[in-house]
Amino acid sequence: MRHLDEYRDPEAIGTLLRRIEAILTRPWTLMEVCGGQTHSILKFGLDELLPPGLRLIHGPGCPVCVTPLEQIDRALAIAAEAGVIFCSFGDMLRVPGSSGDLLLAKARGADVRIVYSPLDAVAIARSERSRRVVFFAVGFETTAPANAMAAYIAAREGLDNFSLLVAHVLVPPALEALLAAPGCEIQGLLAPGHVCVVTGYRDYEPIAARHRIPIVVTGFEPLDLLRGVYAAVAQLERGEARVENQYERAAAPDGNPAARRLLREVFAVCDRKWRGMGEIPASGYTLAPAYAAFDATKVFGLGHLEVEEPKDCLSGLVLQGRLRPIHCPHFGGRCTPEHPLGATMVSSEGACAAYFHYGRGAAEAAA
Amino acid sequence: MKRFDDLAAGLACPLPIDDDVVVQMAHGGGGRKMAQLIERVFLPAFRSDTLSQLGDGAVLTVGHERLAFTTDTFVVQPPFFPGGDIGSLAVHGTANDLAMCGAEPIGFSVGLVLEEGFPMTDLHRVVASIAAASAQVGAPVMTGDTKVVDRGKGDGIYVNTSGIGRVRDGVSVGPERAAPGDVILVSGPVGDHGIAVMAVRNGIALQTELRSDSAPVLPLVRALLDAVPETKTLRDPTRGGLATALCEIAVASRVGMRIEESAIPVRPEVRGACELLGFDPLYVACEGRFLAIVPPQSGERALAVLRELPEGTDARRIGEVTGTDPGRVLLRTRIGSHRRLERLSGEQLPRIC
Repeated sequence: MRHLDEYRDPEAIGTLLRRIEAILTRPWTLMEVCGGQTHSILKFGLDELLPPGLRLIHGPGCPVCVTPLEQIDRALAIAAEAGVIFCSFGDMLRVPGSSGDLLLAKARGADVRIVYSPLDAVAIARSERSRRVVFFAVGFETTAPANAMAAYIAAREGLDNFSLLVAHVLVPPALEALLAAPGCEIQGLLAPGHVCVVTGYRDYEPIAARHRIPIVVTGFEPLDLLRGVYAAVAQLERGEARVENQYERAAAPDGNPAARRLLREVFAVCDRKWRGMGEIPASGYTLAPAYAAFDATKVFGLGHLEVEEPKDCLSGLVLQGRLRPIHCPHFGGRCTPEHPLGATMVSSEGACAAYFHYGRGAAEAAA
Repeated sequence: MKRFDDLAAGLACPLPIDDDVVVQMAHGGGGRKMAQLIERVFLPAFRSDTLSQLGDGAVLTVGHERLAFTTDTFVVQPPFFPGGDIGSLAVHGTANDLAMCGAEPIGFSVGLVLEEGFPMTDLHRVVASIAAASAQVGAPVMTGDTKVVDRGKGDGIYVNTSGIGRVRDGVSVGPERAAPGDVILVSGPVGDHGIAVMAVRNGIALQTELRSDSAPVLPLVRALLDAVPETKTLRDPTRGGLATALCEIAVASRVGMRIEESAIPVRPEVRGACELLGFDPLYVACEGRFLAIVPPQSGERALAVLRELPEGTDARRIGEVTGTDPGRVLLRTRIGSHRRLERLSGEQLPRIC
C-alpha cells in the first residue's frame, strides 16, 4: 500500500538498524513522547530489534491517560443529566472515573455516543436542537484544531445547544517538567510528529538548548521511528543537542499556519492538571472568552469539582517513563483492560495497554 | 509547579470498578469479556459437557448418527450492507458454524424479532435473502417464529437462526485437536465483513468498494474434507477476528502457534480502512472465511484443494502449531520481530453480525 509499505520495508529497516549499531559506542536512553509511537514500537517489536544498550522509555503522550480524574467525573456528571447527548472519541469511554466509566453510564441509560470527528457532534447538535449536545474535547495539539473548528462552527451557526468539555493538553510544557525533574534519565527525545504537524517545532528549540538534549521530530511508522532513533543517537554520539526534523514529509518548522490561527482564535492557554503529574503551568487549552458560552464546565456549573486521586494505580510513574508497565505489581493481575486501575491500561495510546495487547507480560517481567 | 519527587507517592488512578453490574456492549463483542461471561455465568449455570467444549456448535450422537446443532442471533446494524444483509448473514453464519463441526446442513429454524413500523418491503427483502441463502447451501428452513415489539423497543429487525447438520463419516474436527507440527491455513483474505459493515454505518464517512465476505464456506470445507478427512480443526474467525480464533484454538489444544504476518491475506482496502480507523485487521470479523489446521504431511494437499476453487484462490498457509509456550500465539512481523497475539480485548466493532 502506498504511503505505508515504504515505511515498513524490512530491508530498509535492516539497513537502518545496522547503521544505528555502527555509530553506537555506549548506552543511551531515549524517550518517545507520543503514545502512538509507543504502540508502534511494541506492535512492530522495534525495541527487540534495537542494539543492546539503546533503551527506549515511554513518554506521557497519551492525552486520554493524562486527563485527570475530575475531568472524567465531570464527563460522567454531564452524561447523567437528562436530555444530554454526550459525544466522545471511543477511547475515553473506558477510562475509569471515581464511580464508573462512560461505557457503564451508557449501559445504565445515558446517551453516550462515540464519534470519529468533533464535527459529527456538531451535526448531532444541529439535528437535535431540543437536546444538549456535549463533546469531550480531549487531546494534544494534534486534535485541537478539529475541536476548535467544532466550536467555531457552532458559534457561527448559533448552536446554543452545543458545548465542549475541554481537556486539552500541550506537549512542550510537559517535556519541560519531565526534563526538570530530579533523577531524569532521558538523554534524547523523539518528539511527537503529529503534534509538530500542527504547531511546528520552534517551541522545542529552547527546551533542547536549556536541557542540552537532542529532540528529533519523529513519525510513527517503523522506519520513521528508527530514523528518529538514528538521528538522536548520532547527535548524542557527536555531543550535539538540537532540534532536528525526521518527519519532513508532514511537519514543517512553523506547522500549519491556518490551524494555528484557528487555535489562537478559539482557545486560550491555561494551567492544567495532568493525571499523575500534577498541575503544570500553561500546559493546556481552555476556550477563549469569546467562546465561553460553549464551555460545558460553565454550562453545567461544574467548575469547582475537585477529587482526590486514589493511590492504587502507578500510571503516573508510567507516564513519566519511570516505571515500565510490566514492572507494575498490578499489571495483568489486578489491572487488565477489562478491569483497569487507570487510563494507561485502556487507552489506545496507553503504554500499559500496548504492553498488554502485544503480549509483553510474564516472560519479560521474569527476565 | 509541583515537582515529581513530591508526587511519586501520590500518583494515582482510581480503584477498580465493578463494571459487571450491568450488561455492556463488550459482553457481546467476542473477546475476553464475552469469554468471561460464558465462563462465569453460562457454563456454571448450564453444566453441560457438550456446551463446555465451546465449539462452534454441539456435536451429539443420536442413534448411530452424529449430528451437529448450533444457533446464532444477528443484530447487525445496518441490516443491509454491501455484499449481503441480515437474512443471508443469518443463514451463512449458522451454516458455517455447522461446517466448522464437519457437518452438512440438514435444515434451519428462523426466529424473527421485528420492530413495529419496520418497512414491509425490507422484510420481504430479508426473507427472500434467507430463502436464497438456504437454497444455496441446500438445506431448507424447517421451522420458525415471529415476534413484534413496540416501536422504539427494537432496532428494525433481529434474526435468530438455528441449524442441524449431519457430521461427515470419518471426520472428527474440534478446537482441542491441534498438535505440534500441524499446519495452519486460512481460506481467504480476512476482515472484509467488519470493514464493509462499518463503512456504511452512520457516522463514518469512509468510501470503499469493499463488500462483505458473507458467504457459505461449505463448498470449500466439503472439498477440503473430501481430500483431507484427517483435518483436525476448523474455525470461522467471526467476532474477535483471526487473532482471537487462533488464541482460542491454542488454549483449547494446549499448544503454541507461530504465525507469519506476511502470509496473512488482507485486502489493501481493509488495511487502509484499518489504518484510518485504528483497527487491527487481525481482529476484524470475517463471515465467509475459515481457519483449517491439518497434519504436517497434509498441508500442501489441503492448500492445493482450497486454491482450486474460486472461493479459495487466496487461501494461504499462515503458520504452524508448536509444542512450546502452550496457549500462546506468536506472530513473526513483516520486519522480522516477534509479538504475541492476544484475544480481542473490549469490543472493536459493535454489532457487525
